[in-house]
Amino acid sequence: MSDTLNNGPVLAADGTPLKKSLARSLRVEKLRALALVAPLLLFVLFSFIWPIGEMLFRSVDNRDVGQVLPETVAILKDWDGTSGELPDEAVYKAFTADMLVAIDAKEHTKLGTRLNYEKTGMSSLFRKSGRKIKKLDLETDGPFKETLIKIDKKWGDVETWKVIQTHSVNYTNGYYLNAIDMQRTPDGVAVQPEDKRIMMTLFKRTLWMSMIITGMCVLLGYPVAWILANLPARSANLLMILVLLPFWTSLLVRTSAWKVMLQQQGVINDVLVWLGMVADDSRLVIINNQFGTVTAMTHILLPFMILPMYSVMQTIQPTYLRAAKSLGATNWTAFWRVYFPQSIPGIGAGSILVFILSIGYYITPEIVGGTKGVFISNRIAYHISSSLNWGLAAALGAILLAVVLVLYWAYDKIVGIDNVKLG
Amino acid sequence: MADTKSADAFVEFERVQKSYDGEVLVVKDLNLSIPKGEFLTMLGPSGSGKTTCLMMLAGFETATHGEIKIDGVSINNIPPHKRGIGMVFQNYALFPHMTIAENLSFPLEVRKIGKSDREAKVKRALDMVEMGDFGGRRPAQLSGGQQQRIALARALVFEPELVLMDEPLGALDKQLREKMQFEITHLAHELGITTVYVTHDQTEALTMSDRVAVFDDGRIQQIDPPDVLYESPKNAFVAQFIGENNTLSGKVKSIKGNECVVVLDSGEEIDAMPVNVNEVGQRTTVSIRPERVEFDKSRLHADAHTLKAEVLEFIYMGDIFRTRLRVAGNDEFIIKSRNAPDQVRLTPGETIEIGWLAADCRALDA
Repeated sequence: MSDTLNNGPVLAADGTPLKKSLARSLRVEKLRALALVAPLLLFVLFSFIWPIGEMLFRSVDNRDVGQVLPETVAILKDWDGTSGELPDEAVYKAFTADMLVAIDAKEHTKLGTRLNYEKTGMSSLFRKSGRKIKKLDLETDGPFKETLIKIDKKWGDVETWKVIQTHSVNYTNGYYLNAIDMQRTPDGVAVQPEDKRIMMTLFKRTLWMSMIITGMCVLLGYPVAWILANLPARSANLLMILVLLPFWTSLLVRTSAWKVMLQQQGVINDVLVWLGMVADDSRLVIINNQFGTVTAMTHILLPFMILPMYSVMQTIQPTYLRAAKSLGATNWTAFWRVYFPQSIPGIGAGSILVFILSIGYYITPEIVGGTKGVFISNRIAYHISSSLNWGLAAALGAILLAVVLVLYWAYDKIVGIDNVKLG
Repeated sequence: MADTKSADAFVEFERVQKSYDGEVLVVKDLNLSIPKGEFLTMLGPSGSGKTTCLMMLAGFETATHGEIKIDGVSINNIPPHKRGIGMVFQNYALFPHMTIAENLSFPLEVRKIGKSDREAKVKRALDMVEMGDFGGRRPAQLSGGQQQRIALARALVFEPELVLMDEPLGALDKQLREKMQFEITHLAHELGITTVYVTHDQTEALTMSDRVAVFDDGRIQQIDPPDVLYESPKNAFVAQFIGENNTLSGKVKSIKGNECVVVLDSGEEIDAMPVNVNEVGQRTTVSIRPERVEFDKSRLHADAHTLKAEVLEFIYMGDIFRTRLRVAGNDEFIIKSRNAPDQVRLTPGETIEIGWLAADCRALDA
């Protein structure tokens, strides 16, 4: 009665609103739950989320130029690079002043390295000029325009100053532009010269080959998962061990084994030659190309496809197939109309897993991929460890992460993430 | 033991045997014929071979030996999907990824029936089980009883002449089960389909069937209409399995036509009807239904043998009284009496005399 007459909030016995009272009673539980996950949460925060955030920040962070050359950057802002004329004396003076400070702090080489990403030769220019600028005196050795040009004629080149001007902003989109084969120029955003375009090719190749690998895993894994799910428990367990066996072997060992198998003097070619199917002088090239990468990665990622498929198929009762047959369906129709649709969540889960794993795969393409079969992650690794262009590596990584998230979102829209079952 | 071949047999099992491992026969020499339109129940404890028989008929198991015929044609080598037998499974096996209408439409689609025809048939089948409004739902959105109806409708939608049901009511609660029992028999008789129903629930078997085949140990122990089965069990197993039964063991003292006298192990004598005994001195188990035991002396024959019994427990069950007695050393002797105004309520500790008509007490195999 009172419920229908009283439109206000429902009250608990002591007169407080029921919702408030409920929230209070649940708070303790929530706090306890939080306390239980807190250690892991903190660990993940410090060891995973924070470093990733830090890394991603590097993809836009460009404070080096402004920090090392504060005066120069401020004055250079007003210079019109498109006029084709060199900046005036004030800029040169400010630059010399900035450099003297930087050389003391040994930061001018860092700046050289940074600018070298944009224009080759900048690194050595800063290093070499640094030694001479060090000896200059700001009070007595002017005018600095001539002095600097005498030290290195590149200081008399408009392009050098353009590079400094273009990349003097604190937060840049330059790395992201580089990551998609574009570049930041004084005249705005432009496409990289043709000989420098590689990223988009790599991105496309990574996506395309990951799709092929996922497809191969579905084709090869589905029958295996089916057998596993339909065998009596004992034989299924034995087979399961065979499926899991690769997990107990180092990834590097398995990949190297493929190297032994696939190379031109390798096992497969030897057997084919011995069988007379391939002439000795025209051995198949099946490594250091896309074929090698796809073969090895399909093998390595196959268990990640089989396991989710298996766990989904296990839940499909055999009576469904029987029911379909009793209703008049042939074996194939029963499978296709009744069994297969129910196994799709497994395929979905396996595909997401394999696709996301392979999109970021590094070791296997590195070893068996040659130049034609490497992925974007190999490029990232190169920029992390060889060229030390961490900004670009971070930008590539961020794009890769975004691609995965977009695909995940698309999958959720199309298939529904609730339909994914991992166990 | 199994019934004789009849001319109007629709389904026939001829000397059918089945073994899974080559060592044990799960079904031993089964002979059975089912006339058209009959509702036959296969009843038995688990492992008695009843479900195996059903699966052989459906085509999911092959007979190790013997022949199964439908309408005179051997179906041993016909795959399940060509047998045209409707089947209702224990857990319904409704396809979870299809709506109810799609589930029903499935058998019609695989038979390449046109769309308009299909829709008409699906609608008719849904109306038949009073689920006309549920076509667009998914199986998971239905209750157990509703799923059961849909499973039934799906097995009937393509108008099979034979329908098999494998413990279809096992998962339902008692009330719903009783309702569905009634509905299934009604439907089966209305449509004139032959039904083979497997269950381990004897009440279900008795209330639903035209005939019941009681399975045990891979053989049909008895096949008869429910009343015959209940009142004249042919052996101790059937007597024990169908309904409640009191058993006493003893030796045959004398046989005279349809009556015999049995000396119980305690030395007392009782009247019985010889069923599986034919000579004096033979050991026997006599079986008597709780509701046929009489303790009002005035209602017994003057010369009837009576037994002394001690009342151990009196249980009030509403419509009946259930009294546990100690009779000839048996502590589990039950009698049931109707709750009528003039009915005597026995009290524990009381000693009474019980007796029965010779015809109600069956002397079976030992």
